[in-house]
Amino acid sequence: MSTETSIQIPRTAYEVERFTLPNGLRVVLSPDRSAPVIGVAVVYDVGIRSEPQGRTGFAHLFEHLMFQGSANLEKLAHFRHVQGAGGTFNGSTHLDYTDYFETVPSNALERMLFLEADRMRGPRLTEENLKNQIDVVKEEIRVNVLNRPYGGFPWLKLPPVMFDTFPNAHDGYGSFSDLEAATVPDAAEFFDKYYACGNATLSVSGDFASEHARMLIERHFSDVPARPAPSRADFAEPDLTAERRESYVDKLAPLPAVASAWRVPDPITDFAGYLPYVVLAEVLTDGDASRLVERLVLKDRSVTSVGGYLGFMGEPFEVRDPTALLLQSHLPPGGSVDKVLVTIDEELDRLATDGLTPGELARTQARMATHLLRETDAVLGRALRMAVLELQRGNPGLLNDLPHQIAEVTEEQVRSAAATLRPHRRASIEVVPGGNQ
Amino acid sequence: MTTLALPELDENRPLALPLEAEQTLPNGLTVLAIRRPSVPLAEVRLRVPFAKAELAEAAVLAQTLFSGTSTRSTVEIAAELQTVGGGLGAGIDPDRLQISGNSLVSGLDRLLELLAEVLDDAAYPEGEVTTEVERLADRIQVAQSQPAHLARVALLKRIYPGHPYAVQTPSVEQVRAVGPEALRALHARRLHPAGATLVIVGDIDPEQAVQTAAKRLGGWNGGGETADLPPIPLLVPGPLLLVDRPGAVQSSLRLALPAVGRTHPDHAALQLANMVFGGYFSSRWVENIREDKGYTYGPHSVIEHSVAGSTLTVSAEVATEVTAPALVETLYELGRIAALPVREEELEQARQYALGTLQLGMSTQSGLAGLASTYAGFGLRLSFLAEHSARLAAATLEDVHRVAATYLAPAVAAPVILGDAEKIQAAVSAIVPVTVESRPAA
Repeated sequence: MSTETSIQIPRTAYEVERFTLPNGLRVVLSPDRSAPVIGVAVVYDVGIRSEPQGRTGFAHLFEHLMFQGSANLEKLAHFRHVQGAGGTFNGSTHLDYTDYFETVPSNALERMLFLEADRMRGPRLTEENLKNQIDVVKEEIRVNVLNRPYGGFPWLKLPPVMFDTFPNAHDGYGSFSDLEAATVPDAAEFFDKYYACGNATLSVSGDFASEHARMLIERHFSDVPARPAPSRADFAEPDLTAERRESYVDKLAPLPAVASAWRVPDPITDFAGYLPYVVLAEVLTDGDASRLVERLVLKDRSVTSVGGYLGFMGEPFEVRDPTALLLQSHLPPGGSVDKVLVTIDEELDRLATDGLTPGELARTQARMATHLLRETDAVLGRALRMAVLELQRGNPGLLNDLPHQIAEVTEEQVRSAAATLRPHRRASIEVVPGGNQ
Repeated sequence: MTTLALPELDENRPLALPLEAEQTLPNGLTVLAIRRPSVPLAEVRLRVPFAKAELAEAAVLAQTLFSGTSTRSTVEIAAELQTVGGGLGAGIDPDRLQISGNSLVSGLDRLLELLAEVLDDAAYPEGEVTTEVERLADRIQVAQSQPAHLARVALLKRIYPGHPYAVQTPSVEQVRAVGPEALRALHARRLHPAGATLVIVGDIDPEQAVQTAAKRLGGWNGGGETADLPPIPLLVPGPLLLVDRPGAVQSSLRLALPAVGRTHPDHAALQLANMVFGGYFSSRWVENIREDKGYTYGPHSVIEHSVAGSTLTVSAEVATEVTAPALVETLYELGRIAALPVREEELEQARQYALGTLQLGMSTQSGLAGLASTYAGFGLRLSFLAEHSARLAAATLEDVHRVAATYLAPAVAAPVILGDAEKIQAAVSAIVPVTVESRPAA
């Protein structure tokens, strides 16, 4: 079957230009004239882990407030100006950052910069908008968590098993009581502390000339008041020394499920130590020829699906320490979670002991290259990834190098990574079906 | 603070169509190759007409097509694809079977070779079929616990009575009854190149890619049969169908409205009218029920095109306690756009959005591949984008008012709500006539 000769991993050559405005805003430009579109991303170095105790869900609620108007923009104006320029927009809140972004035809570049600069100077915070967006966020939580089976599994359910401190363990969507308790002064304080331009990056990619974009960025962002980045809190927690396992009944779920997580090396300070785990997750779960799909799904039939990824929100290159490798499985009716966990241990042990088969690593790396290149084909995919790489690493050009760095991970490194995923370091959460099936 | 003026837009870049090549092979397969060299990948979409294929058999076939040939196992096929950075998967809907995949561009030839092997020689081994049948049965069971799925099931049953579109998900029992023989027979009967389209997009020379496809897929057996669907039934408005889901914390509100296909003279104006109503964020309905009232998170209104006809579907998940008021606002906004002309600036904003998002949709390999494949299923080519853009640009306020009165009027809507009947029935019954269905149909 698989041969020793592996396909050559191609390399992208996106231009990357970096500079910092006098007010501290870091900027990344990546021109590419191949389609008449641009992606604009502004990323702030604040996320779920930074929200205050008693204010679970606040980072996400605040993200909504950033769309409710600013000095020169009435409520609804942001949406209308982006869509009226033929573009799309959104924002999202992550563990370690919050992003705001647009994809637009390239003739709207200056308008997008205007919109982002205006809210970077400060959103319009009113009681009415706050109340409205608390209602909207509650509906979002109902759609995504409360009114559906497996809501919040495992990204909201596993962190409290694995971690002990509030920043890492709490529910990032927030409790309704915390959301309802949020006030306008809370929001103002949150903005003052975290939404400083020294705590943000702006990234623009796509159809523009660098000098022109730089001139427009200086025009719109230079007068954003300089405010330094707050010192980043240390969210470190010790690794587990004994297995943790919990379960809960999901009244809407018809079938059992389980997710496990193991801590991995620091993605920023020990990238070389971290990358083998990114590869390992794919060796274990990417497609029908992966270890766990072959064993659990196709051979044993003890699960109906299995997935593996890095970070609770599935973003290997956009998360800081502490983070984890996750494996999640959905089981058939009456399936045994114990048996699944034991089999995973067996497979990890086999991988650590016997190593990979000829061609197994190279084909996994080739497929990972395709996935990465597909993500960066979208102009916004590039802008967002570069913005976060700049924010967290000061290295947006890593986007060009990732497929090759992944291809350089060795069999020995993958085996060593597999050897660390032992039961005593594992945190697991089990979904007990409470559905009427 | 001084007031800053919103910057004007620069001049619009004209719509530029990519370089393409097209050839219909002697066995009936049409190959469309499109150059978009942005990343060193190739995207592949193979669309095979599959109308009237038995629902459960077609669903299982899509799950087992890559489960082995006479010479290779599931795992070997997947490993060979991975070796060139590739992956392939299949899906069905009532119109077609679609195989989608991608690989590093240097692996395109190999990907097509493996695709041809599967098309000629898929084995549907007993053990693999049993595994996939049970996986599919589990997935269907999970889907049946999801409100969005249950609401769609109820809506389809209501608006397409007697049509193959009425039921689009097989039951667990139907799926369990499917065995290898039925799959082999269905494959032999229907998985053929007649009427099928292969789209390849990527960092390719289109002429050369067509030749590669001809070499690999020219031998695909051109026999078999095809089937045509009857047109969808006329939408019959009537009482709101309330499907009970005890304990639901949200109600799933759905309204079906009539629509027209992409080439119909009313289509561009209807697309714009739908946008002004609720088809994008900056629409009246979304600004009303989300940004003003806070009833919902992600309401949407879309024209769904299928081969046998088009339907406009309005969807929102709303908190149980505001179900009736959300319905009132929805009917109000439909009534308003049907009764009164839209404002010039509303139309211009919707027009810019429609034109701009065409450009965005063409800017990735996967976007182009999806678009070209979907269009091909309706006998259209990417050149239709230029035609459609011209129609969007030409639509007038009068056109939009006329189509809104025809297609978006509350009087022509077929409404369905999935929710906790005990909590919402009385309030909803005060707004419109209601019939109640006691349990979500499986």
